[in-house]
Amino acid sequence: MLTLLGVAAVVVGFAVRLNPLLVVVIAAFVTGLAAGMTPVEVLEAFGKAFNENRFVTVAYLVLPVAGVVERAGLQERARSLIGRFRQVSVGPLLILYLAFRQITSALGLTSIAGQTQSIRPMVAPMAEGAVETRTGPLDAATRQDVRAMAAGTDNIGLFFGEDIFIAIGSILLMVGFLASSGITLDPIQLSVWAIPTAIVAFVIHGARLVLFDRRTRRRTAG
Amino acid sequence: MIQLSAVYLLAGALFAAFAVLSALDRNNTKRLGNALFWGLVALSFLAGDRLGDLGNGVLVLGLALIAGLGLLGRGAPATTSPEERRSLADRFGETLFVPALSLPVVVAAGVLATKYGGLTLMDPKQATLISLALAAVIATGVGLVLLRQPLMSPLQEGRRLMDTVGWAALLPQMLAALGAVFAIAGVGELIGQLVTSYIPMDARLTAVAVYCLGMAGFTVIMGNAFAAFPVMTAGIGLPILIRQFGGDPAVICAIGMLSGFCGTLMTPLAANFNLVPAALLELPDRYAVIKAQIPTALPLLIANVVLMYAFAF
Repeated sequence: MLTLLGVAAVVVGFAVRLNPLLVVVIAAFVTGLAAGMTPVEVLEAFGKAFNENRFVTVAYLVLPVAGVVERAGLQERARSLIGRFRQVSVGPLLILYLAFRQITSALGLTSIAGQTQSIRPMVAPMAEGAVETRTGPLDAATRQDVRAMAAGTDNIGLFFGEDIFIAIGSILLMVGFLASSGITLDPIQLSVWAIPTAIVAFVIHGARLVLFDRRTRRRTAG
Repeated sequence: MIQLSAVYLLAGALFAAFAVLSALDRNNTKRLGNALFWGLVALSFLAGDRLGDLGNGVLVLGLALIAGLGLLGRGAPATTSPEERRSLADRFGETLFVPALSLPVVVAAGVLATKYGGLTLMDPKQATLISLALAAVIATGVGLVLLRQPLMSPLQEGRRLMDTVGWAALLPQMLAALGAVFAIAGVGELIGQLVTSYIPMDARLTAVAVYCLGMAGFTVIMGNAFAAFPVMTAGIGLPILIRQFGGDPAVICAIGMLSGFCGTLMTPLAANFNLVPAALLELPDRYAVIKAQIPTALPLLIANVVLMYAFAF
C-alpha cells in the first residue's frame, strides 16, 4: 500500500503547483523507498529510464525553423491571410484542421503536424485572425481561449486518428499483450475498431467548435 | 544508414548551442542557470550512454534542482519587432508558408519512402524520428535561403522559443522515467487489484463501465494510456469482459485504449500534450489546454462505454 504514496505525491505536488520536475523526482524517491529500494537504486533506475526515453525530447529539433519563420513574420501573415477569407470563421477553420489531423494520423503521418510546428506558427494565429476579422482586437481571456482550443484540437485529432493506423505503438502494444495472454489478433482487427470512436470524437469536438464559434461572436458583440 | 544515434548527436549539438548562447546573453539575469540547464540536456544527448545509470540519475537530479530552485530565466535574444514582422509579412507573402510546410512534406516523404518505397537511407524502425530530424534541418535551410534570414537566427530564435517552453520541455521525458520507477515498484498492479477487489462486476454493463472509466482514471494518474492498458486489461478486460462475458477482444482492447486516451486529454501528467503547448502558446493559465479538452473528453468517454457495450458482445 505504501507504494501508492508516490502517486499521492504527484497529485499533491501538481495541486500545490510545485515545480513539476521536482515533483516527479520526489515522487520517484517516495515510490522507490516505499518499495524497499535504496536511494542510490532509485537514482539509478530513474537515470536509466531517463536516458532510454531521450527520443521524447527530440521533437524540439523543429524549434529553429519555427523560430526563423516567426522572425520573418509567418504568424502575422497567417493572421492576415485568414482575414482575407471573411467567410471562414474560427469554427469551420478548426473543424477543417481536426479532419486533416485525424485523417493524416490514420495514415500513420502523426509527425507531419503538431503543437510546435503547426499550432504556434500557423493554426493558432489563423484562429485568432478569424475571430479578429469579425470582432476586432481580442481581449486577453478570449485570446487564451482561442489558442487553447487550437492546441486541444490538435491533440484530439491526433489521439483519435492515430489508432486507425496499424503500425502505431498503441496497436502493437495491444497485439503483444494479447499474444502473451494466448489471444492472437491481427493489428488490422484492432485498428478498424478505432474508427467508431474516431467518428464520434469528430462529431463531439466539431459540435463544440461550432458552439465555441458562436460564443466568441456573442462575447465580442455584446 | 542513418541511425537514431545521429539524431541524438544533432539534438545534443543544438542544446549545446542553446547553452553557449544562454551563457553569453547579458540581458538574462539568470543566464548561468539557463546555460547549465540546457548544457545538461546537451550532455545527456551527447554522452548519455557513457554516463552510466547513476551518472544519468545525478544529471536528472541537477535538472530538477535548477528548475525547482527557480534558477531558470528566460533569455531574450534580439528578434524582429511586431512592426518589422508585419512589413516582412507583406513583403514575403505566401512564401512564408514554404519552410513551415516543407517540414511535413519531408517527414511524410521520408516515412512513406522508408516504409513502402524501399528507401534504405535510414533505420526503418526509427523512420519517423529520423525523418523529423532531417526535415528540421532541410526546412531550416529553406527558411534561411528563401527568407534571407541571418545565419545565427535558427539558433537564436530556437533558443528564444526553447526558453519560452523552459523546464516544461523536459517534463515528458521525466514522467516517462517516473513511469519506469512506478513499474518497478508495482504501482499499477496494486491499483488494479484495488479496483477489482472493491467493485462488484457481475453485470456486463457495470464491468464495461468500470473498465473504460478505469482506463481513463488510471491514465490520469499515470499520465499515459500505455501504462494503464496492461493493468486494467489484465485486471478486468481479460478475465471478466473477454473470458467471463465472452466479449470480442479486438473491440474491448481497441475501445479500452481509446478510453485511456480520453484520460490523456484531462491530465497534467501528459505534459507534452497538455502543459508544453500552454507554455509554447504563452497562456497565463498552465491548465488552459486541459480545460479546453475536458468537455470533449468526458462525453467521448461515455460514448466509448456505449460503443463497447453495443459492439463487443
